[in-house]
Amino acid sequence: MESLGVLLPIPMNAYLESELDRRYKVFRLWESPPERRQDFIRANAAAIRAVVGNSKAGADADTIDALPRLEIVACFSVGLDKVDLAKCRERGIRVTNTPDVLTDDVADLAIGLAIAVLRRLCQADRFVRSGAWLSKGGYKLTTRFSGKTIGIIGLGRIGLAVAKRAEAFGCPISYYSRSEKPNTNYKYYSNLIDLAANCHVLVVACPLTEETYHIVNREVLDALGPKGVLVNIGRGPHVDEPELVAALREGRLGGAGLDVFEQEPDVPEELFGMENVVLVPHVGSGTNETRNAMADLVIGNLEAHVMNKPLLTPVV
Amino acid sequence: MLSKATRQLIERPGEVASGRLQCCLGVAIFRLLMRSGVGTGGRGDPVPPRPRSTRNPTRFPALSTTICALEKTGHSLSSDMFGLPRSHLMASGSESQGRRGTERPQVLLLRRPLSVLHEALSARFQLLRPWESPVPFDRFLAAHAAGVRALLVTGLTPVDGPLLDALPALRFIVTTSSGVNHIDLAECARRGIAVANAGTIFSLDVAEYAVGLLIDVLRRVSASDRYVRRGLWPRAGDYPLGSKLGSKRVGIVGLGSIGSEIAKRLEAFGCSISYFSRSRKPQVPYTYFPSVGDLAAESNVLVLSCALTKETYHIINRDVMSALGKDGIIINVGRGALVDEAELVKHLMQGEIGGAGLDVFEHEPAVPEELFCMDNVVLSAHFAVHTLEMSSELCQLMIANLNAFFSDRPLLTPVLVRT
Repeated sequence: MESLGVLLPIPMNAYLESELDRRYKVFRLWESPPERRQDFIRANAAAIRAVVGNSKAGADADTIDALPRLEIVACFSVGLDKVDLAKCRERGIRVTNTPDVLTDDVADLAIGLAIAVLRRLCQADRFVRSGAWLSKGGYKLTTRFSGKTIGIIGLGRIGLAVAKRAEAFGCPISYYSRSEKPNTNYKYYSNLIDLAANCHVLVVACPLTEETYHIVNREVLDALGPKGVLVNIGRGPHVDEPELVAALREGRLGGAGLDVFEQEPDVPEELFGMENVVLVPHVGSGTNETRNAMADLVIGNLEAHVMNKPLLTPVV
Repeated sequence: MLSKATRQLIERPGEVASGRLQCCLGVAIFRLLMRSGVGTGGRGDPVPPRPRSTRNPTRFPALSTTICALEKTGHSLSSDMFGLPRSHLMASGSESQGRRGTERPQVLLLRRPLSVLHEALSARFQLLRPWESPVPFDRFLAAHAAGVRALLVTGLTPVDGPLLDALPALRFIVTTSSGVNHIDLAECARRGIAVANAGTIFSLDVAEYAVGLLIDVLRRVSASDRYVRRGLWPRAGDYPLGSKLGSKRVGIVGLGSIGSEIAKRLEAFGCSISYFSRSRKPQVPYTYFPSVGDLAAESNVLVLSCALTKETYHIINRDVMSALGKDGIIINVGRGALVDEAELVKHLMQGEIGGAGLDVFEHEPAVPEELFCMDNVVLSAHFAVHTLEMSSELCQLMIANLNAFFSDRPLLTPVLVRT
């Protein structure tokens, strides 16, 4: 039986790649210079039946059109914003992602970012490393995280995991979602501005879709306010980034913990000088344990597909 | 004669946070305190804190006294900061001067406290401020503190036998810390001096700080924040992977109020909790280990949240670090001297331990510089307690303990009672 041809658009993970190499024929798109990539795809289209995508690159309409034999898109992420799902449905292409295995890491980071911003952890670390403790002494009063109201946008797996952790700090939980969730005691807001106005820390934990693009806009930031903190562990485009920078610059927003940005890996440099922000380079699922588990899930889905068995974590 | 160490500490300038910052913060919290009506009545007599419903939310007792006191320490004030016209305040100045002399109890301070606390205390007590005096500390005490019965210790200033010798009338010491390792309790007991501390008011702040440090170490939050701010993400690519917090085996050294709050929080992250404590606590669901070495051998992470005593000095030594292992993480929000710091630095430099989150050090503010280039270490300057919320709670607690002492009622947070 013909070995599965797998298109890998960008390097993702060494373990994943070696597992793919062991089983399949891997086509590494990044090995061609950018101007030759269309040719590369055309030249190998006959062999490519699978694409492995992630948060940065997946299978958009053009890619799908260029791969007439494409059968499955297996994402090395839980987010599917880089996959044209409608087109996949239309073509009968299966799509899988990596839910659950990364839920804990992303939720851990959300809380870690909130504490780091409110308690100025990175600032303290910089303070000590600069030698300032010796010469300047002194301290700053920061804001306690425990007991603060947390507002969550999207109460899915990750949102619920954030809520569970925050509850252990005595934080009341509210959320905004497309619809109210039946089995929770958390306070539901049908309007995001109201949620923002009534919480201290606002966490973005929903999928990126056309509806949620720039869902955190100027009005939401103003409602969150000069003492409010935004934590984004979703996707950069959830937030109107220029508005976010302006709100921080002008003191209309209290602080931000950001794992994602609109144009990764570029981050607005104005943020680099701010004490009330924490900036991390899309490390939400970035642990050895989790990336290995995600890789296993990608391989598991591809293997199931090849053997005509039920997919492990299908979306389409 | 005061010990040289004590004298040096006392004569060193107090907090050097900017005067303006102190004033601004102080005003905000002073207003908060005034609104909540904590403390003494308007005449300055120590009275028990009244129930909330009877408090007068609009009174500003002895504000001008506070201003006079602050002006003496070099703070300059404008009406903007207090929100009141200065003329109003100066008019009542002489009135409160007269009140200050006789009725309010004396409290000795050794160093200038945080503005927040200073203002709250000045409004209720007659403060003895040796740092304002041109005479040496010993002579100040001899001249002014012969009759002082209460001492408020800030900044972990040591209280030892020689200092106590200079305060023959002292019957009460209250410290703004939870730890009391800087106070010679045996000497206090011998002299019949009661001691109170800050109780458990720091527990929430320290516990969340410990969790924040642990997430930071495992997930490289501060290190990758540095990476981004240096512009390395576009140039050098993705940041190396960290380590997952869930299912880590966390060993807590000292399961008191802080340790319990830490345990509760980390359980929600999927950690398993074990502990070492002076005695087993049958009512907690965590696994007890009879020694720190045994705890370390069965843990990936050690969190230090116990008091510093003779028994716990360097409790985290080379053997414990070896037992913890190459991937082990140490989080210290207790006291620096709980850890053999030189050994820890060696272990970190040799990759014999996985990482550390340290808020305290053996010789603060000195921090071993070898740590400054490490990405698996997160450093903080003894900040775990310093929140706005704690600050206002601390003022209330210090004042309440002093009031209790002066009115011969039980202390709220005693460490040592007079027998």
